[in-house]
Amino acid sequence: MEELIAKDLTLGYDNSILIKDLSFTLEEGDYLCIVGENGAGKSTLMRTLLGLQKPISGTVEMPGINATEVGYLPQQTKVQRDFPASVKEVVLSGCQSRLKGRLFYSKEDKKLAMDNMVRLGIDDLANNCYRDLSGGQQQRVLLARALCATKKMLLLDEPVAGLDPKVTLEMYDIIKQLNNEGISIIMISHDILSCVRYAKHILHIGSKIYYGTTEEYLASDLGEIYVKGSEAHE
Amino acid sequence: MNDTLSVLALYLSKPFVQKALIVGVLIALCSSLLGVTLVLKRLSFIGDGLSHVAFGGMAIAAVLGLGSINMYVILPITVISAIVILSAGQNARIKGDAAIAMISVGALALGYLLMNIFNTSSNLSGDVCSTLFGSTSIMTLSNWNVILCIILSVVVVTFFILLYNYIFAITFDENFAKAVGTKVKILNFVTAIVIAVIIVLAMNLVGSLLVSALIIFPALSAMRIYNSFKSVTIFSAVFSVVCTLSGIILSILINTPVGATIVAVDMVGFLICVIIGALRR
Repeated sequence: MEELIAKDLTLGYDNSILIKDLSFTLEEGDYLCIVGENGAGKSTLMRTLLGLQKPISGTVEMPGINATEVGYLPQQTKVQRDFPASVKEVVLSGCQSRLKGRLFYSKEDKKLAMDNMVRLGIDDLANNCYRDLSGGQQQRVLLARALCATKKMLLLDEPVAGLDPKVTLEMYDIIKQLNNEGISIIMISHDILSCVRYAKHILHIGSKIYYGTTEEYLASDLGEIYVKGSEAHE
Repeated sequence: MNDTLSVLALYLSKPFVQKALIVGVLIALCSSLLGVTLVLKRLSFIGDGLSHVAFGGMAIAAVLGLGSINMYVILPITVISAIVILSAGQNARIKGDAAIAMISVGALALGYLLMNIFNTSSNLSGDVCSTLFGSTSIMTLSNWNVILCIILSVVVVTFFILLYNYIFAITFDENFAKAVGTKVKILNFVTAIVIAVIIVLAMNLVGSLLVSALIIFPALSAMRIYNSFKSVTIFSAVFSVVCTLSGIILSILINTPVGATIVAVDMVGFLICVIIGALRR
């Protein structure tokens, strides 16, 4: 079943158009990586999918899910790095869409937060301060928060940026694991080699737009240039 | 020592001192609650900025012959400026700190200019000085001032407690909050109004230049010691109330300016927190 349908999207700011006539779909349980040069509009696309920004034209539909039931792992902001909040508080804030006008979190909300901390192996850090954690632990906390907001779809904006190679691998394993459990993944990444290793579909945006399965992408001219380029770089 | 105590007891029995203490505690409480989110959002200087705007408002009110502390002029101007600064948010072209600097310096200059051109008072520099550094107006509060302050404080504290979870969510991650459907715009809007009201109230206590102290010191002190948002918020409220109370009492006993004394006590409190924080690590 299709979970997300993007049709004829044109995205950009004011007079500058970044992406023109983009169409793609996301099947239930899919794993889609969005790759492309810096400034190609990856983050703009993600903001549009999240409903934070309106497309210039075109539509994004999510049959079966409410737009607010999407889990989002944003890039870390400057504000968060020295934020005095406990892990528990941060994860629990992922339940804010479940509040639906209520002012305080219920027992179920708190249990959901605890379950997701256990799921990502950070339950022993529950009372630790977010700012004292390592980069990998912080990403797990934010991922647990995103999981509180969704049962179906995660949008990840460069989830491994700034992590060391070992922690990066762990992070990819976690994401793959969540995907195996039935959660659809949409991920922005610079790490093209990992993208083609894990993803089922690739969306390449830039001067040329490409959308297809990972196998098709690898066989295409564009895919070949990019993957070869990255391999040579490594 | 007994002398000091009896002097203190004498003062505490006077209604004007009691009023000053009530108002001082309430303003300290309100400003410290919002101070935590302001400091974390990198908007520490909003207190400073808005108080300069309020100063500009005072100048306009004075020039129009409405009396320099006409709330009907000062409050709307300050509220509008607060909304402009806060609603710009993280995605604005002119970032928060620059927006604050621009608006505050502009309002300060304009206010001073107006006061100079339409010189309405014989003691201009005295007027300017007392609005900037706090006058003795906290010692000359009317019953109506006190009641107004109590009402507004109750509103602010209720607002903060009821919306606590949303305030945390927005402070920590505005984009995530927006993405999951939280009404960030409305909440920022309401917060801006509340902040403007607190700042206009606090100006009477410590003067416009020192308003920032009431917002920044409690939050920063609490962040030295505590590790969760809830404990930081609670401690900064306690810290602020204790420091303001002791500041007012001290200023009476040793006959010093109220605003400056409160800030001095805040600074000592901050140093103590820094030391405790360093020892804990």
